Order: sequence, then structure tokens, then C-alpha cells
Amino acid sequence: MRDIILIALGAILVDNFVLSRFLGICPFLGVSKKSSTAVGMGGAVIFVMTLSSAVTWTVYKYLLEPNELGYLQTIVFILVIAALVQFVEIVLKRFIPALFKALGIYLPLITTNCAVLGSALLNIERNYSLLHAVVFGLSAGVGFTIALILFSGIREKMEFCDIPAAFKGLPITLIAAALVSVAFFGFKGLFGI
Amino acid sequence: MAKPSSKAFSVLTNGLMKENPVLKMVLGMCPSLAVTTMAKNGIGMGIAATFVLTGSNIVISLIRKIVPDKVRIPVYITVIAGFTTIVQMLLNAYLPDIYKELGIYIPLIVVNCIILARAEMFASKNNVGLSILDALGMGGGFTIALLIIGSVREILGSGTWMGLTLTKDIFDPAVIMILPPGGFLAFGFIVAAINKFSVLKIRNREIASGCGMDCAGCTGEDGGDGQ
Repeated sequence: MRDIILIALGAILVDNFVLSRFLGICPFLGVSKKSSTAVGMGGAVIFVMTLSSAVTWTVYKYLLEPNELGYLQTIVFILVIAALVQFVEIVLKRFIPALFKALGIYLPLITTNCAVLGSALLNIERNYSLLHAVVFGLSAGVGFTIALILFSGIREKMEFCDIPAAFKGLPITLIAAALVSVAFFGFKGLFGI
Repeated sequence: MAKPSSKAFSVLTNGLMKENPVLKMVLGMCPSLAVTTMAKNGIGMGIAATFVLTGSNIVISLIRKIVPDKVRIPVYITVIAGFTTIVQMLLNAYLPDIYKELGIYIPLIVVNCIILARAEMFASKNNVGLSILDALGMGGGFTIALLIIGSVREILGSGTWMGLTLTKDIFDPAVIMILPPGGFLAFGFIVAAINKFSVLKIRNREIASGCGMDCAGCTGEDGGDGQ
């Protein structure tokens, strides 16, 4: 139980995917202008990341590893994730239309979200069990969402600020991200990691 | 196409500054921030990505007339993943130090927006020769950008550059620059400086991206209006 809590807190706060690992920066900067879009994107990422962690782990352990095909993991994982995203889209559309309406537009973007592939690769690199891998995927997604929502709140406020012309747009966004990242850096002391 | 040589030249130089993938188009942010704690790592990443980009541009340009429009994205991703695996194995075999430093960011070249964006925007519409030049230009621009960010962070953060001690007696290095927040900070100030000194503002650049993840140009509207 202790190791699961450690993995979860580690992925959410200490080693936040966006703010300390730089995974998923594109959607982090792209869809954080409004809180509502941030929530939608976050939900979609949590959903896909949890599923893809379970699927890629299973594929690696039962298909690639026994056949000594470990070197194919990059190709196989990205194809599995792309197929999974398509599949999730179809299933949601057919059975849970409400959820599809909320997440639908974000799903196609997730294939190229490096956080999803990153968590799949880290699961293998760290030799997690299936349960650990799923917990890690879920928490990494939650961490991504927390960072995204916090940051969208800051950006909404920033809209009304008087910013020097050269800093308008991307530069001030990056500097704000740096400050949020400093704040999350404080969590490093949490477990003495 | 009246002057092929000047067109080739403009394709080659396009990516270096005018449409620099990182500094102007704001693509491929993840590796740009993650591996630039040292200038050396930035160059390693840049060269690895350039190799993948060149390979994928050649292949995609060759098969551009065969691949049906509807399945082109999965085909492109498979080609890119193939070249990424080649780079991964080559680095692991010949440059194990760099391979260890860059870690999971090497397989993550697959999802680097720059490569898919060039496949979609350039290689799928142009012949092999031009595609190679485009890949070299864009890859070069990516490498230069990583080198700039990496140099700033390494000099300010550890007081060294390419392993040489520079600022021993001048100031104490600010460790935060090589920590994650410093990545955002350095990149933000570099883009601001370019905005200041450049006639071409980021906002005026052509907004187009193959992967739909055009980070800076994305106003959030493509997401927000659906609600």
C-alpha cells in the first residue's frame, strides 16, 4: 500500500509530468487559456493515460518481452496509443455520448501528447507491476490536470495585465509557468526524495 | 520554380531563422526544455532529431503518391517511429553516454511535433531533393535553438559551457537555471528577446501545423468553441 501512495504522490506532486519532467508542454501551453478547456483536456488525458498504461504494459510483458522484441517498443507503443485513442473515441461516441461531447475534441490531440507515451515508457523503464503501472498512469494524468487547471486560472487573470510588448503572448506564459514550476518544486521535500 | 537554385537555398535557410521550429513556430517544446540543462545535450538531441527528420522526410516524400489520403497520418507516424528506433539503437551502441543523458526523450522524438509537421506540410507535397533540404534546414534550426537555450542555462546554472569552466570568479552559478523552472524561465526570456529584436513577430507567422498542436498559435478556440 505504501509504495502505491508513494508512486501516486510522486507522480502528482513531486515529479509532476508537466512542471518537472516537461512532458505534455504543447497541450499545457495550448489549451490552458480557459479553465473549461483545461478541465476537458485534463479529463481526456487522465482517461487515455490510465488505459494506455495498462494496455502498453500488457503488450510489452506478454508480447514483446517473451519474443525478445523489446527494441520495437517505441513503434509498438505509439501505434497502440494511436489505435487506443481511436477506439476510445468510437466507444464513447456509441455508449457514453455525454462524456464524448465533453472530451471528444481533445481526444485526437492526445495521440501526439508526449506525456502519454512518456508514462508508457517510464512504466517499462522502472519495471513496475501492472497495478503500479496503472496507478502511475492515473496519477501522472491527475498531476497533468492539476497543473493545467492551476495554470489556466493564472492565465485568465493575466489577460487583463499590462505586459511589455515583447513579453506578450508566449514569453510571459513561459515565465508564469516557471513560477508555477518553482511552487511545485517545493514538494521535492515531501518525502526527502 | 523559375530559379531552382534560389528556391532550394530558401528552403534550406527557411528553418534556420525565419521559420525556426522552436523559436518562431514553437513546436517541439518538450525536448527543448527537458534536455537543455547542458549545451552538449542540446546538440545531441538536435542531431538525433535531425537524423529522424531527414529520414522520415525522404521516405514520406518518396511514398507521397502511393499513400491514400485517409491513412496518411498513421503511415507517417510509423515511418517516424521506425527512424526513431534506428537512432535509439545507434546511440545506445556508439554513444552510450549521450543515450543515458537523454533517456526517454530519445523515444519521445516520435511525438515531436516538428517532425510530423514537416511531413504533413512539406514532404508530402514536395520532391525528395527539396524535402532533404527542408529537413536539414529545420533540423539545423532545432539544433541551433537547443544550443542557444542549453548554453544560456548551462552558463547561468553551472557556470560552464561545453564542460569548460567560465564564470569561476565572476559570479556564483544560479542552480535554478538547470532545474526545471529555469527551463521555462530561460526559454521565456529568449523568446522575448527575439520578439524585441526581430521584425517578424511571432504573431505574424503563418499559423499552420500538421499535428494540430500548434502551441503558441493555438488560441484555445479550437477547443473552447465546441462547448
